[in-house]
Amino acid sequence: MATFLIRRFLASLLVIAGVVTLVFLAVRLVPGDPVSSILGEQALEVDKQALRDCLGLDLPLTSQYASLWGDVLNGTLGELCDERGVTVTDKLIHAVPSTMELALASLVIALLIAFPLGVASALRPYSWVDNTSAVLALVGISVPNFWLGPMLLIVFSIVLQALPNPGSGVNGLSALILPSITLGSALSGKLMRMIRSSLLDVLTQDFIRTARAKGVPRWRVVWKHALRNALIPVVTVLGLQFGALLSGAIIVEKVFARPGVGTLLLDAIEGRNYVVVQGCVLFVALAYVTVNLLTDLLYGVVDPRIRFDR
Amino acid sequence: MRGLAPVGATIVGLVLLVAIFGPFFAPYPLDLLDVTKQLEPPSAAHWFGTDENGSDVFTQMIYGTRVAAIVGVSTVAVCLFVGVLLGSISGFMGGWFDEAIMRLTEILMAFPGILLAILVIFVTQEPSLLAVVGALSLTGWSGYARLVRGQVLLEREREYVEAARALGFGTGRILIRHVLPNVFGPVIVQATFGVAGAILAEASLSFLGLGPQGQPSWGALLDQGATYFLLTPYLAIFPGLAIMMTVLGINFLGDGLRDALDPRSQET
Repeated sequence: MATFLIRRFLASLLVIAGVVTLVFLAVRLVPGDPVSSILGEQALEVDKQALRDCLGLDLPLTSQYASLWGDVLNGTLGELCDERGVTVTDKLIHAVPSTMELALASLVIALLIAFPLGVASALRPYSWVDNTSAVLALVGISVPNFWLGPMLLIVFSIVLQALPNPGSGVNGLSALILPSITLGSALSGKLMRMIRSSLLDVLTQDFIRTARAKGVPRWRVVWKHALRNALIPVVTVLGLQFGALLSGAIIVEKVFARPGVGTLLLDAIEGRNYVVVQGCVLFVALAYVTVNLLTDLLYGVVDPRIRFDR
Repeated sequence: MRGLAPVGATIVGLVLLVAIFGPFFAPYPLDLLDVTKQLEPPSAAHWFGTDENGSDVFTQMIYGTRVAAIVGVSTVAVCLFVGVLLGSISGFMGGWFDEAIMRLTEILMAFPGILLAILVIFVTQEPSLLAVVGALSLTGWSGYARLVRGQVLLEREREYVEAARALGFGTGRILIRHVLPNVFGPVIVQATFGVAGAILAEASLSFLGLGPQGQPSWGALLDQGATYFLLTPYLAIFPGLAIMMTVLGINFLGDGLRDALDPRSQET
């Protein structure tokens, strides 16, 4: 177990090193003068040179690479080099809570839809419940979130006027409902199929038959014995899907005009501010790697049968 | 879920027909702008209405079908070529090559969803159709490589490979003529879902303003439609429906193919 943990941790470090290197190289390939694109062509040469010095653009590539590692390790993810000494992390600190709020709410919505339908489908395979939820799941996976969002807005904010418009300045839970349904729909489809197949798998195993033969009631077998085992692979999928939530949030934040990491990234792309683009991409990728590492470790805790020392 | 594969195949067939022949039957030229007819609702003359430039939305959607088909098919073609090549060599040869390719796929997979594609488009600064296909392929091949590698690892231990070796066949011949045909089932299934994923990803990029410029992409139409959706909801409804129906059709087809070609991964 300990060997696995160490190996898994080292592998993640390798991936992180690769991510940092890849992002560094990619951003250096951007054509044109980054300083002119941040300040504008008309900026004074003095200002341009000052920014160039601050960003270290005149340094050799190896020094720039080392300095990016410095920024990653000290957690600033790079300085914006404006008068106030703001770093990318300062920007992210304001953006991340909103994105996390959206991602977590979407996760809750996805589970609320997927869990009952997935379990019902597995208990009655090929019934109308199963068939209907299978189609629903596929629709959920296929509907583009940048279309579902506006459609939900038309129905619930404009026609029914039941939920606030993104521009209305209303915050809180009611403003979170439509964005999280939009972001959670695809995940709920995937989770539903996953819960169904995993539970079906467990229900055919010997220990379930033994429990039934011993006279344990069916609901108890499902609830206490089957579900507990069936949910283990679902946990892994959740970890992997966290990334889909993060990248989906970029689109949903645009649809609902929510501040967040996605909005920060898109604004930086529009303003050609490569320091912020680099920082946002790094942040999302590193967060994703970390969550996957944690999921893998959790996997071992949840399911002691798993042997890592292979 | 049975019986939906024919529905999926019909939708996919229709989309392909429109992509290939649609532009010949488009009611208006693609570049026709008529400022006297801005944002008109659907009518007999303009089935899906007109956009902010007075352009016919139906015509743009027909051309958009071609963009979606080109991006979907060529992205998956590139991914398949690179993924199958590297994955099969990785699985069959093992060793340092395998290690290197697997670490590389892990790094690429650390960028969730369209994040790396967004970065690539930002880097090229001039999103063309080619740049979008390239950006999506850059991350996309890794999934195929891992799948093929896994399958090849299973196959290479089988007796027929040993028999082929005993007969003195070379590695390349065994891999191409004997092993690869046996791993294609799951790969074709994944490629089908991959087309849907690429179409959705292209539409997402276009919606974010990072799609192929100057092309009538469904996602770009939807982005434009979303700007006016309070005023003219149909501008967003039709392109969105086109994306959803196409992706749904491909997913139906993929599910059917999985049941037929890849019995091991069947859901029950």
